Amino acid sequence: MTTLKQPKTSFWNDTGKTGIASWIFSTDHKRIGLLYLYSTFGFFLVGVLLGLLLRIELMAPGRTIMGPQTYNAVFTVHGVVMIFLFILPSFPGAFGNLVMPIQIGARDVAFPRLNLLSWWLYIIGAVLILTALFIGGGAPDTGWTFYVPFSARTTTNVSLAVFGVFIIGFSAILTGLNFITTIHRLRAEGMTWDRIPLFTWSLYATAWVQVLATPILAITLVLVMSERILGTGLFDPAKGGDPVMYQHLFWIYSHPAVYIMILPAMGLISDIIPVFSRKPIFGYKMIAFSSLAIAAAGSLVWGHHMFTSGMSDTAVLVFSFLTFIVAIPSAIKVFNWVSTLYKGSISLEAPMLFALSFILLFSIGGLSGLILGAAATDVHVHDTHFVVGHFHYVMFGGSGFAFFAAMHYWLPKFYGRRYAEKPAVVGWALMFTGFNILYFTMQVLGMKGMPRRYYDYLPEFANLNLVATIGSWILAAGLVIMLVNLFRGLLWGAPFEGNPWGGATLEWTVPTPPPTENFLEEPVVTHGPYDFKGTGKP
Amino acid sequence: MNEQHHIISYRKLTGIWLALLALTALTVGITRIELGGYKVLGALTIACLKSGLVIAVFMHMKYEGRLLRGLLFLALMTLAIFIGFTFFDVLYR
Repeated sequence: MTTLKQPKTSFWNDTGKTGIASWIFSTDHKRIGLLYLYSTFGFFLVGVLLGLLLRIELMAPGRTIMGPQTYNAVFTVHGVVMIFLFILPSFPGAFGNLVMPIQIGARDVAFPRLNLLSWWLYIIGAVLILTALFIGGGAPDTGWTFYVPFSARTTTNVSLAVFGVFIIGFSAILTGLNFITTIHRLRAEGMTWDRIPLFTWSLYATAWVQVLATPILAITLVLVMSERILGTGLFDPAKGGDPVMYQHLFWIYSHPAVYIMILPAMGLISDIIPVFSRKPIFGYKMIAFSSLAIAAAGSLVWGHHMFTSGMSDTAVLVFSFLTFIVAIPSAIKVFNWVSTLYKGSISLEAPMLFALSFILLFSIGGLSGLILGAAATDVHVHDTHFVVGHFHYVMFGGSGFAFFAAMHYWLPKFYGRRYAEKPAVVGWALMFTGFNILYFTMQVLGMKGMPRRYYDYLPEFANLNLVATIGSWILAAGLVIMLVNLFRGLLWGAPFEGNPWGGATLEWTVPTPPPTENFLEEPVVTHGPYDFKGTGKP
Repeated sequence: MNEQHHIISYRKLTGIWLALLALTALTVGITRIELGGYKVLGALTIACLKSGLVIAVFMHMKYEGRLLRGLLFLALMTLAIFIGFTFFDVLYR
């Protein structure tokens, strides 16, 4: 076991407890962070596998490896697993827990036991979702959005799956409350609001969205259950209900939710870019402010998912306009990152390569989002592969690549061992190439009119679908190389000591791996998070 | 714990209860008037008044500190904005 090789002064074993119970009942934010990392990343791999199966099915017209009902179930479960079990909980749960308390100079989060409960709720919700796949009517086939009227009528096991998502919602709310309180109350002396690292700033904005928006999803899913079990008719026009109301309720949460997924990723990029450019971040205050602006404005744009739903034209106009407003704080971030790079001393190591590709992929995703946000163009590409491509550019190219950047940047700090650089770069290059072949092709297919969530397609789409599937294999090959390299490196790699990246945030001042209480003595912060003078190697 | 329990008089509690009953009657009454889309707005306004009374008096929020009141206000405002924005759709269909 790796834990035996760790120094006796680290959180791996300084309490003398290393058994499984000391992990799954631990209230140490770092252990909980790693629990989140292992569980969310496990589900990510399940989601990847399902995604690859979908791509193989779509490789050629007609049946390839599965029937239409299985196909519907697979794309639903792929979405549910990736959204609710990976992207939403992974950044706050894994890296938020691991790093945030140390970044602000705290010994733990404000409510450590609540933190443990959050993880347990996540696991309980995940188990319920997985159970739903194998009992009753089988895996849900509604798509991850659970749209009525189909979700109210299908005989598949939707009720249990949405109940699982409902429970996971509580986990997110509790994590949000915990983080808000921690950031307000537990900052070290000298850690003023304008010295908080931007990753923590982004988690703070995210936490507010988690607390304020998640209850709406919980309520909506209860309504779907009541529709299925009690036949309440809230969304059924025959009983005076309104199916479009479901879409409102669902997207009131689920659009802010995409900001829960992307904001921490943006915060991480804001931490990595200055470190690997050896230059203070450009526009610190504006980046911090733009996180809050994205959280606030992003909560008011849900209607742009519904332009073709039969919603009123006034609403289409209002939501389209508001959507364009979100582009402003997003662009502030991108321009500030690029300005940070300008005349910096750029070092192209693995975390930086992932961070730079984040900027490019997120920008492509963001710009294609404007095509969807403009009502006139959205009508043409709505429900086509263009949307699928756009979403994966933002969520996988954005959040996913940022997650990989975080794994390369922070995990050596917590394991005390490092990965080999060369395979990391090869893995990144393959993933970046495969990613673009896969998802850019999807966007082109969408523009040509290929609908999404269709089991079969016209022969004219065959060539591009084959290209996209080959892209998915290149992407998967890169992923395998990255994972094997990380796994080997973090377990048996060369020691990782001190502050090799040269970061100026507090996590680089504590021992590697950090002790359970993080700091040997209470820190006093005397400089900003990107004031690199005298930190690490030049 | 140094919580202070506020004792509210029976007179006041009964008054609030009667006000809630009157507002309930008003909710029923308003359905009989043809108001179009504003019917929903009227019903929601009455519902807000009622929940406001319950939150302020029965849930003692009137006697809580500024922080707790502020946080509740934030949550309710967020919900109000979310519901309010759906009227861009409901009122103009």
